[in-house]
Amino acid sequence: MGNATVNGKRPFKLLIVDDSNIMRRRIERSQQFEELQLVGTAGNGFEALELFKKTDPDVVTMDLTMPRMDGIECISKLVALKPAVRILVISALADKATAVEAMEKGANGFLNKPFTDRQLNEAIAELMR
Amino acid sequence: MLYEQELKTFVEGTTNFFEVAAQHPASIGSPYLMEGSPSVHEYTGVINISGKREGVVYFTAPKAMLTVLLMKMQENDFSHETMKDLVGEVANTISGNARRDFGRDFVISVPSVLSGEKPALPQRPGLRSFIIPINWRSHSAKLVVSLT
Repeated sequence: MGNATVNGKRPFKLLIVDDSNIMRRRIERSQQFEELQLVGTAGNGFEALELFKKTDPDVVTMDLTMPRMDGIECISKLVALKPAVRILVISALADKATAVEAMEKGANGFLNKPFTDRQLNEAIAELMR
Repeated sequence: MLYEQELKTFVEGTTNFFEVAAQHPASIGSPYLMEGSPSVHEYTGVINISGKREGVVYFTAPKAMLTVLLMKMQENDFSHETMKDLVGEVANTISGNARRDFGRDFVISVPSVLSGEKPALPQRPGLRSFIIPINWRSHSAKLVVSLT
């Protein structure tokens, strides 16, 4: 979690938000980008907001259905703090209206659960383009 | 009460979960209807449904099946807490995927998890349940769908 560069470039700081420990570990383990540096994981929107203020991530993966503060509300708050943040929603909610709402709030990508490692990495690559 | 096409949504969601997350397809038995609370396995993930439909969706599975599922997902933590996390996540994923057909007014709760052989399952009086039998590798589980 230091400030070392990767191939001469500043790494992208990654925050993973999901109420499932298994999913948080899965995303951390499966993402294959050496320029992504995990700075924290959170189990709900409140925790995410606190960690966001402390770690200033560039990339966030965001679940939607979570206790205390859901992902949609959290996205709005994160984007208000840092408009340039890149947010990938990773959610089981598969209706179009939810995806559209998340994008309107400021998300940059949407990946449905369940997902393969390849789908995850393609979605993250798209996000960092 | 569920229509046949709606039941198909849950069958497809279950099939998709095992194909993608567990990388091994499940065999889905013929769904059947029953009154009262069905028997459950050691771990049960419950999703409460509200909005245009009301009721519950739950996924119940034995520890042995969940252990293999975790191994297939490259997990190395097989604790009680992780088993609970997994059944909740399976129930959440299948219920959330159902919104592709039911729409956003099919509101799902965060998962609650019950463990033990005779937990107190939420059941609305007079509401019948569809049971979707799931066979995966040598294990059996079920998805229970009980909706207005």
